[in-house]
Amino acid sequence: MSILIDEKTPILVQGVTGDKGSFHTKEMIDYGSNVVAGVTPGKGGKTHHGVPVFNTVKEAVRETGAQASITFVAPAFCADAIMEAADAGVRLICSITDGIPAQDMMRVKRYFLRFPKDRRPMLVGPNCAGIISPGKSMLGIMPGHIYNRGPVGLISRSGTLGYEAASQLKELGLGVSTSVGIGGDPINGSSFLDHLVLFDKDPETEAVLLIGEIGGPQEAEASAWIKENFSKPVIGFVAGLTAPKGRRMGHAGAIISATGDSAAEKTEIMKSFGLTVAPNPAEFGSTVARVLKRA
Amino acid sequence: MDVHEYQAKEILASHGVAVPPGTVAFSPDQAVYAATELGGSNWVVKAQIHAGARGKAGGVRFCRTYHEVQQAARELLGKRLVTSQTGPEGKPVQRVYIEVADPFEREIYLGFVLDRKLERVRMIASKHGGMDIEEIAKNTPDELLQVIVEPAVGLLPFQARDIAFQLGLNLKQVSRAVQTIMGAYRAFRDNDATMLEINPLVITKDDKVLALDAKMSFDDNALFRRRNIVDMNDPSQSDPREAQAAEHSLNYIGLDGEIGCIVNGAGLAMATMDMIKHAGGNPANFLDVGGGASPERVATAFRLVLSDRRVKVVLVNIFAGINRCDWVAQGVVDAVRAERIEDVPLVVRLAGTNVEAGRKIIQESGIPIITAETLADAAEKAVAAYKNTK
Repeated sequence: MSILIDEKTPILVQGVTGDKGSFHTKEMIDYGSNVVAGVTPGKGGKTHHGVPVFNTVKEAVRETGAQASITFVAPAFCADAIMEAADAGVRLICSITDGIPAQDMMRVKRYFLRFPKDRRPMLVGPNCAGIISPGKSMLGIMPGHIYNRGPVGLISRSGTLGYEAASQLKELGLGVSTSVGIGGDPINGSSFLDHLVLFDKDPETEAVLLIGEIGGPQEAEASAWIKENFSKPVIGFVAGLTAPKGRRMGHAGAIISATGDSAAEKTEIMKSFGLTVAPNPAEFGSTVARVLKRA
Repeated sequence: MDVHEYQAKEILASHGVAVPPGTVAFSPDQAVYAATELGGSNWVVKAQIHAGARGKAGGVRFCRTYHEVQQAARELLGKRLVTSQTGPEGKPVQRVYIEVADPFEREIYLGFVLDRKLERVRMIASKHGGMDIEEIAKNTPDELLQVIVEPAVGLLPFQARDIAFQLGLNLKQVSRAVQTIMGAYRAFRDNDATMLEINPLVITKDDKVLALDAKMSFDDNALFRRRNIVDMNDPSQSDPREAQAAEHSLNYIGLDGEIGCIVNGAGLAMATMDMIKHAGGNPANFLDVGGGASPERVATAFRLVLSDRRVKVVLVNIFAGINRCDWVAQGVVDAVRAERIEDVPLVVRLAGTNVEAGRKIIQESGIPIITAETLADAAEKAVAAYKNTK
């Protein structure tokens, strides 16, 4: 098994005819993802990479039964696209778009509250690399070939640091059940915690590697939950030990502005809640290997 | 993005927040002229920099004569003001703000911030204005007044009224404070601010409610729809290299180490810096070249990194996803040739898409590039190369 997506998950691509949308749609199809529809307002009725294109998400869902969406929509229009997908009944929305205004995300999150908890969509991202269940399906922009299938659940805020981890695991003959990039924005969709809940129930996942960075409360919140509720070993890491205070390190969300935001503080919090912390970013793979052998 | 005090006050005033009369000046003569135009006999001359704690650093001067205004402006303009928030190098003062200084009775704190944990706008107020919020929170935590704004409806007048009464204001003051609070909220919301601080908000003897100091920061991601804010940008207040990087939409943060870094992805860039530290070196910068690392972008990145004289070694770490290693490698080779940087040891680690083709380009270029296979390997080789240069 895996979480969130597998080879059957019917996928729709929002912004399918744009440069990035088009390129990655092809990559996803080549990887084996079940892409069933595309949406670009005004391009309805055409086909793109053999996939039917619709004007609205509602129409695409009605005609194809798409259940997961990925957005390649410009930042100015992306919040609208996410809410359109939610309104159409899409239950998993993955937003790659980097640069959505924070107030737009605030409205998206508020809009999601109109859905009762058991029918609320899961938003992954924005500003993330997406999701991959190796060997099954890719709903994202990662290089699929660096992921081995295996027992490690991977959750990372950063895209490329997630790649780094996946390739270290592969190097050691280990692999990934599902990898989720939750993105680098200050207000994002799902958190570490949301995916930990799913990995806990996934029989294929034997351990979870959680890669955070400076800024925000999500790593601490997840660590506290792990101690009380999570049954599998968790390996943690927080990037940005050398980051100065008050400076935004690329990601809008990667900034040390409050107590508990720094990498040193978060690392201590992880340790205090019983996570095994990788000593440095070159030892993701070896630390996971050690923990799995012990487990 | 940050703006100056006088700009924040312009924004606030346009949303109905009362501010003392004031004018910006770029020279001592302009400052005097501003004072004569404003009238009265008490003024304050304030250095305009993107940092707080100006008062304690001598950046705010009270003046009773035109001569004092001129003197104050002359002393401030053209200097670098060092406050507890600027770092040791300070910020250049190129503008002063001349403001009418009337006496006031009380100082209040009023702030708005985008709270990432609550995913809401949080308003904070306190009876104890004039000191910074960390101090207020430490000294009188029980007296912090807070409102979490529901995004679907925005801040409501009853919430502003409630805060105004809790601040212990009289009726006349309450209605003016409500206008101020509602106006400040609209200024925050309608300009995509991430932080707005009016500290102090003062109450005068004749019950006026005035924003005496104001600070605003804006969401960089929303600037595309806030031309008015973009027009307020003052590049003199940022590190020149960071300003240059921003022009090329590269993310650069200068640090004080010796090993320059060029990396794709913010998380991997931070991890690379951490790894250099772990290997016993110090990173000179954070630099994310982003997804499309074209030869031009790589060349610009090299120029930026090498404009820091402290840089003795450059480490390029690219994990290609959307990027392709062969493109990046070509970019590196072209940049090295074009920028003539052969005298600086260069460590390159490529991984991901088309890595073999990328490595081949590096090898066949004939440039003495130190190649590395892994992140650890790259950091160690960079630190070793630095030790060799000493």
